Amino acid sequence: MTPDDVRRVVLEELSNIAPEADLALLDPAADLREALDIDSMDHLNFVTALHNRLGVAIPEVDYPRLITLDGAIAYLMADPAIAAKAGIA
Amino acid sequence: MGIFRMPSLGADMEAGVLVEWLKQPGDTVARGDIVAVVETQKGAIEVETFEAGVIERLLVTPGTTVPVGTPLALLAGAGETVVLPIPEPQPSVSPPPPMRAPVPLPSPPVTSPPVTMATAHPPASPAARRLAAERGIALTAIAGSGPGGAVLLADVERAAATPSAASPARGLDLAQMRRAIAAAMARSNQEIPHYYLSTTVALAKANAWLTERNTGRPPEQRLLLAALQLKAVALALRRLPEFNGSCIDGMFRPAEGIHIGTAVAIRGGGLVAPAIHHADRLTVDEVMARLRDLVARARSGRLRSSELADPTITVTSLGDRGVEGVFGVIYPPQVAIVGFGKPVERPWVVDGQVVPCPVMTATLAADHRVSDGHRGALLLAEIDRLLQEPGSL
Repeated sequence: MTPDDVRRVVLEELSNIAPEADLALLDPAADLREALDIDSMDHLNFVTALHNRLGVAIPEVDYPRLITLDGAIAYLMADPAIAAKAGIA
Repeated sequence: MGIFRMPSLGADMEAGVLVEWLKQPGDTVARGDIVAVVETQKGAIEVETFEAGVIERLLVTPGTTVPVGTPLALLAGAGETVVLPIPEPQPSVSPPPPMRAPVPLPSPPVTSPPVTMATAHPPASPAARRLAAERGIALTAIAGSGPGGAVLLADVERAAATPSAASPARGLDLAQMRRAIAAAMARSNQEIPHYYLSTTVALAKANAWLTERNTGRPPEQRLLLAALQLKAVALALRRLPEFNGSCIDGMFRPAEGIHIGTAVAIRGGGLVAPAIHHADRLTVDEVMARLRDLVARARSGRLRSSELADPTITVTSLGDRGVEGVFGVIYPPQVAIVGFGKPVERPWVVDGQVVPCPVMTATLAADHRVSDGHRGALLLAEIDRLLQEPGSL
């Protein structure tokens, strides 16, 4: 998987949580919780969806690394599960 | 013989629109089965039946607005299950009832005439009905290709494959919801003499327990603090039942079960507080699963009638963003609302030492006609005590 693939998955899942938001305007360095009005249940659903789609474990201690769009993509790209898929592709 | 009525889904509801029947005459229903969908100010609500039996007749056609309490359908009781549509022998004195057109009033004899679909519902095969109900498609919206325009299974399959024919994602009308909230809250502030209490609850133990519990679990099995809060409130209410129930015309009636109305914020503005039934009997994992399901359905506008009608108290939790304290307005005819603010780190004294500690503010707004601050303080203290022993929840 390329960073663009991962970005697309992340944006899709964010739009499931915040369907009214225009994600094209989302600042990739902004705190997603503030930018998209995401509460703790939304965030758990976001993490659950990424886990199910990408096979990345995302333990709770790593939640702070998913606070921004850029941070989330970097975190996911660094995961062995994604790296393995990138190797196959 | 039972009557399925337009339910009252809260103090603020006067009428609802029948959107769709999910059962048809001849269908057997059990208590709690979803029979119809009703559009209200809180979105489309799936209405359950309180009685078991066989649907005998539908009295209201989809699209009709009717006041709360209006009979919507007739049910034959389980004991008197008549095999529809074979007519029962009529007593000789009464002539066979004439076929009435669009079914006006609920006044049929107990053993009623064959139900041959007057006008409200197109004829349809049972398989077609079942599939249409599963897919949430109104039979009236499907062109039937069978004899006499009867809807066949293939017709439903075709309709289900066409996106426009499937029932649209029923959006929430936030302006309507705001009016409902305004009406209920205005009534609350006029009628209910509120008193307010507040206390600070240390969360170190609850957080440590949650971290340990969630470590190694996949995200869908992880718990949020909200699940512990709800369970703690539910157990505390067992000891202080005067906060769990309803007050109507100044008379308090304690509730039989502990059904916690859980405030869910709707994106774009709006609020609904559907019940987690018998929260005191659920494990924390079960409370969490119910909460996830409830939040998802509240936000998509697909709650069940019992979830809106049954809450016996409300809990509002601000989660990990926002502010430290929330003082709720009681949702009538309930008599209390518990609020939990955002957890924050504060200096705390443990064994004579000042240490940083996660804490949250827990509040209670309660009805002075039913209880006093002393009892309210005991409720908050009990919630605090339970949250210090998360393993026992």
